[in-house]
Amino acid sequence: MEKYVQVPFSKEDAAALKAGDYVYLTGTIYTARDAAHKRMQEALDAGETLPVEVAGNVIYYMGPSPAREGRPIGSAGPTTASRMDKYTPGLLDLGLAAMIGKGRRSAAVKEAVVRNGAVYFAAIGGAGALLSKSIKASEVVAYEDLGTEAIRKLTVEGFPVIVCMDSEGNDLYETAAEQFREE
Amino acid sequence: MRTIQVTIITDTIKELCIEANYRLSEDMCRVFENARQTEKSPLGKQILDQLSDNLQIAAADQIPICQDTGMAVIFMEVGQDVHFEGGNLEDAIQEGVRKGYVEGYLRKSVVNDPLIRENTKDNTPGVIHYSIVPGDKVKITVAPKGFGSENMSRVFMLKPADGIEGVKNAVMTAVKDAGPNACPPMVVGVGIGGTFEKCALMAKQALTRPAGEHSNIPYVKEMEEELLERINKTGIGPGGLGGTTTALAVNINTYPTHIAGLPVAVNICCHVNRHAVKEL
Repeated sequence: MEKYVQVPFSKEDAAALKAGDYVYLTGTIYTARDAAHKRMQEALDAGETLPVEVAGNVIYYMGPSPAREGRPIGSAGPTTASRMDKYTPGLLDLGLAAMIGKGRRSAAVKEAVVRNGAVYFAAIGGAGALLSKSIKASEVVAYEDLGTEAIRKLTVEGFPVIVCMDSEGNDLYETAAEQFREE
Repeated sequence: MRTIQVTIITDTIKELCIEANYRLSEDMCRVFENARQTEKSPLGKQILDQLSDNLQIAAADQIPICQDTGMAVIFMEVGQDVHFEGGNLEDAIQEGVRKGYVEGYLRKSVVNDPLIRENTKDNTPGVIHYSIVPGDKVKITVAPKGFGSENMSRVFMLKPADGIEGVKNAVMTAVKDAGPNACPPMVVGVGIGGTFEKCALMAKQALTRPAGEHSNIPYVKEMEEELLERINKTGIGPGGLGGTTTALAVNINTYPTHIAGLPVAVNICCHVNRHAVKEL
């Protein structure tokens, strides 16, 4: 099923999304990967406020290649989400609405997704050039010194993702291979 | 005796870093196109179609195929009659990486220390493997390696008694554990024999062998074909979301080894298996 979703979004919107849905996202998402997640965790541990509002928002696990002149961003495909698993339940408990990445997540992340009614989207790994076309603007909003790993605010239009884990914990990575497994 | 100025090396490395990241080699395009035609899962085919569009957009619009433009891995096959002049060869190679990644709009994905982790801002250093060969040519292969797949790679120190079945099981284990994380369809490089580090190096070299070409050792060729078939039966599929194309090629290199050992290395690569080659 193909769906068009505005981001950021609410729990009600999240509940309507099912594993296997092909979704086009329009609105605002934030990038953060390994180094930014570590810093955010350190901020939380120190009782400091995070540089971006997590509640209701979508984090895209992505570090872009540099943009050529006149373009908002370079190549911009997803990185492996499981490297952020350690930090994710905490962010979900703070209200993170969704994550975009690729690959399987841990049991703790799955529990936190279900507990919070969140969604995990897969973007196509290796389709960095194609995906960059759906990003209309990009602005570094925190941790600029991290270069490609800085937190960026992205304006997206029709950004294509697949619901790989819905708010009920249905996991496409678990079920999809079954159909074609002979070994 | 042939003299080569190191500035030529710098320029060549720069050129190859850029070429590898914007255009896939012909052999990779061929196996990829074949996969697109044969994939049985509708979602899998859709993903492969989008990956194919991605390759075209990358070349036409000058955007790197994947945002992970990798840590530069460079193979220098140096003819033993070659003499380098004009500076330090290693510095010249790293300068080529620096120029390629800065001027080529490639991502700076290298940190200065594995634990301190400050970005070096120019994607240096690359990892260089030298070999001395007969003659007076220099063959340079630049194979930028993305870490989504690199992280899924494994070394297994098997026992001789584990035999060929043990080797095949090791490869299948690595592939199944990798699953979606290595951005399937994968290219699987395998090194069998040598020592702990030799088999790993062979596995990386195997990734630079043309996809679709087989070993000229009959039993190894058979193993390459069998493993490719078995990997495609795991059902992992494009993007790990199910299908009949989980790998595009399995390349195996072998080397003599110790009487007590059977080292096996599995270097996994994603479908963006990049290598650019030039012979000077």
